[in-house]
Amino acid sequence: MSEPLLKVENLKQYFPISRRYTVKAVNGVSFEIYPGETYGLVGESGSGKTTIGRSIIRLYDPTDGTITFNGGVISGPLDKDTRKMLRENMQMIFQDPMSSLNPRKKVGDIIGEGLDIQKRCANAKERADTISEILKKVGLSPAHAERYPHQFSGGQRQRVGIARALVLGPKLIIADECISALDVSIQAQVVNLMKDIQDETKCAYLFIAHDLSMVKYISDRIGVLHLGYMVETGTTEEIFSNPVHPYTKSLLSAVPNPNPEVEKRRTLITYNKEEAGIDYSKGTTHAVGGSHTVLATDEEFAAWTRQGTGS
Amino acid sequence: MKDKTILEIKDLDISFRTNAGVIHAIRGVDIDLQKGETVAIVGESGSGKSVTMKAVTGLLDTNATVNGGSILYRYTDDAGQEQIVDLLKMSIRDLRSRINGRHISMVFQDPMTSLDPTMQIGRQIMEGMLLHKKVSRQEARAHALELLELVGITDAEKRMKNYPHQLSGGMRQRVVIAIALSSDPDILICDEPTTALDVTIQARILDLIKDIQRRIGLSVIYITHDLGVVAKVADYVNVMYAGRIVEVGNVNEIFYDPKHPYTWGLLSAMPDLETDDDRLYSIPGSPPNLLHEPAGDAFAPRNAFALAIDEKAQPPMFKVSDTHFAATWLLHPDAPKVELPEELRHRLDRARKEAGVHFDPPGNPAADPAGARKEAGL
Repeated sequence: MSEPLLKVENLKQYFPISRRYTVKAVNGVSFEIYPGETYGLVGESGSGKTTIGRSIIRLYDPTDGTITFNGGVISGPLDKDTRKMLRENMQMIFQDPMSSLNPRKKVGDIIGEGLDIQKRCANAKERADTISEILKKVGLSPAHAERYPHQFSGGQRQRVGIARALVLGPKLIIADECISALDVSIQAQVVNLMKDIQDETKCAYLFIAHDLSMVKYISDRIGVLHLGYMVETGTTEEIFSNPVHPYTKSLLSAVPNPNPEVEKRRTLITYNKEEAGIDYSKGTTHAVGGSHTVLATDEEFAAWTRQGTGS
Repeated sequence: MKDKTILEIKDLDISFRTNAGVIHAIRGVDIDLQKGETVAIVGESGSGKSVTMKAVTGLLDTNATVNGGSILYRYTDDAGQEQIVDLLKMSIRDLRSRINGRHISMVFQDPMTSLDPTMQIGRQIMEGMLLHKKVSRQEARAHALELLELVGITDAEKRMKNYPHQLSGGMRQRVVIAIALSSDPDILICDEPTTALDVTIQARILDLIKDIQRRIGLSVIYITHDLGVVAKVADYVNVMYAGRIVEVGNVNEIFYDPKHPYTWGLLSAMPDLETDDDRLYSIPGSPPNLLHEPAGDAFAPRNAFALAIDEKAQPPMFKVSDTHFAATWLLHPDAPKVELPEELRHRLDRARKEAGVHFDPPGNPAADPAGARKEAGL
C-alpha cells in the first residue's frame, strides 16, 4: 500500500479538571488513514471518538503522541507552513448543522470564508464562481448563496457544511457524527453525496459515528474505541465477520436490525470491563491477521481467539 | 369503541396559526391502541407524529387549533367504574389532574432537558405520586425505590439523593421512565426515547420497557424514525406522512410486505448490516410545506410511482388484509401493476428468508376489488 495520508501514533489527550483530577479522554490510540479511503471510528459516547477527531485537526493540543499528516508532523507546535498545509488539506464537518453555521452570515460567505482567509481567489468573480460550483456539487442551487442558514432544512444545512469543508479541496475530511441529527431518508442523501464526492475528488474521510450499520456501509476500515482505548481495528469485513474483542462483540450485538422476526430473537451480549477483569492499560496490540489488530494481554488474546475459532 | 381498545384517535385534524399563515399539520389521523399492545408511529420530522401525541396529552402549543376529530380513552376511575372520555373535550385543568401522569405518561426524547436539574431524582420520582395519589411520603419513597430497581438502577437508596447531572445519559433516561411509571399509568407514550442514546444503551432501555410492559400490562406508543427500534418493539406500525397515516399494519406486514411507496422509501433508505449496494436509496426531495396544502397525494412529488390521479385526488385507505391498510392509488384495481425497486425486492426477499416467514408474492394487491372500489368511492 502507498504511504498513509494520516498516521496517528500513541495519541493521548488529557484534560486537567483540577490539580488532582485529570480526564484521560484518549489513551494511546494509533491508526492510519490512506489516501482516498474511509476510516470509521465507532464507540459509545465518552469513548473519545470526537476528541480524537478534534485533536487531529488541532482544535485541541494533543498531550502526547505523534500525528503525521501529508508528510508533516502536526502534533507539536505548528510553524507557519505546517499550519497552512494542515488548514488547506484537512477540513471538518460537524454534527449539528444548525449550530455549526453562523446564523448571521449568508451561506455564500460561510462557504467563502476559507477562500478569503487563504486568499484562494484573485477577484470577486472568481470567488462567486467557485462558490456556485461547490453549491451545485452538493446538490444546492447557486442562488442559495444569498440565503441565511435558517432558511434551509436540516439536510440542506448539512450540505452547506459539506460544501464549506469541500471548497478548499482537502485531502482529508473529518466527519464528526455528521448524519446523526438527520432523518433516515435525508441521511441516505447525505451519505450518497459524500460517496460521490469521494469518487470525484479522491479525498479520505475519518467518519465518526455511533450508527454501526451506516459505518459499515460507508467505511473501508473501522476502529472500535472504548474508554479512550482503541480496542480493535481492521477492515470492515474483518471487524464484522470476525470480531475478537468482547466489547466489539457486544457493540455488534446491539445493532438494531430492521427485520422484526430476527430482531425479536436477537440476544444482547453484555460487556462489563470490570466483571471480565480486563485492564486496557495492560493490553498490547496483537495482530489477528491482515490489518486486523486487537488490544489484549497475551492471555486474553489466546482465550478470545481460541473461543472464536475452536467452537 | 371495541372492547379491548384503550385509546382511539379518530379523524384528528389540527392546524397551527403562524406568522406565515395557517399550517394544516394533522389532516385526518386514525390510530387505535389495544390494551397491552405496542403501537409505533414512524415518519420523517415534520410528519406530525409528535403533534398527534401532544394532542393526546394536552400539550399542544397555544397557537394550535383542533378542527375536528376525537380521542376516546377508556379507563377505570378511582371508584372502579369504567369510563370512556374524549380527551379533546376535557379542559386542560381536568386533563392535568385526572389523566396526565396518572393514566397516560410520556417519556421525552432528551433525558437531560426533561429532568429538573435542581432537584434530587428521588424527589422527582415521588412528586407525581404525592400529587396524584393519596399516599404518605414514606409510601411514596418506598415505591420510588422499587421503581428505581425496576428500571435497573442498582444502589437505588444512594441514587435517590443524586442530581441529574451526576448520572449518565442512559441512567437519566431510566429515571425519566421511572417517573413516567410512578403512578401506574395505562398508557406510556415514548417520544424518540432512545435517539439521544448509544446502541448498547438503546437496546437495554427498549428491553427494559418491554419487560415492564409484560409485567404490568402497559400499552405503549412509540414515536420514532428508527425502523430498527420499530422492528424490535412494535406490534402495530403506523407510517405517517404530511399529517396523515399512509400505511398501517402489524409489524410483519409493514416490514415484509409494505405497500406504500413511502414505506418502501423508508425501508430502503436505512442500510442493514447486509447492505452492500453502491448507493443507498434515498427518497428524493423533502416533505411538503403544509402551509400550502397539496390537492392530491402529498407524497406524489417525491414518488417515482406516482400516477396521474395522485395529482388530483387524495388516495383513500385501501384494505390489504384485516390489519393492513395503505393509502396509495397503486392498490386500486385499475392501477397499473408496478414492480418494487430491485434493491428493495432483494432486501425483502432476504429479510423474509432470514425470518422464515412467507408472504404471497406482491401481485396486484387489492385482495377485494369490489370492496376497494367501494372504499374509493368509485
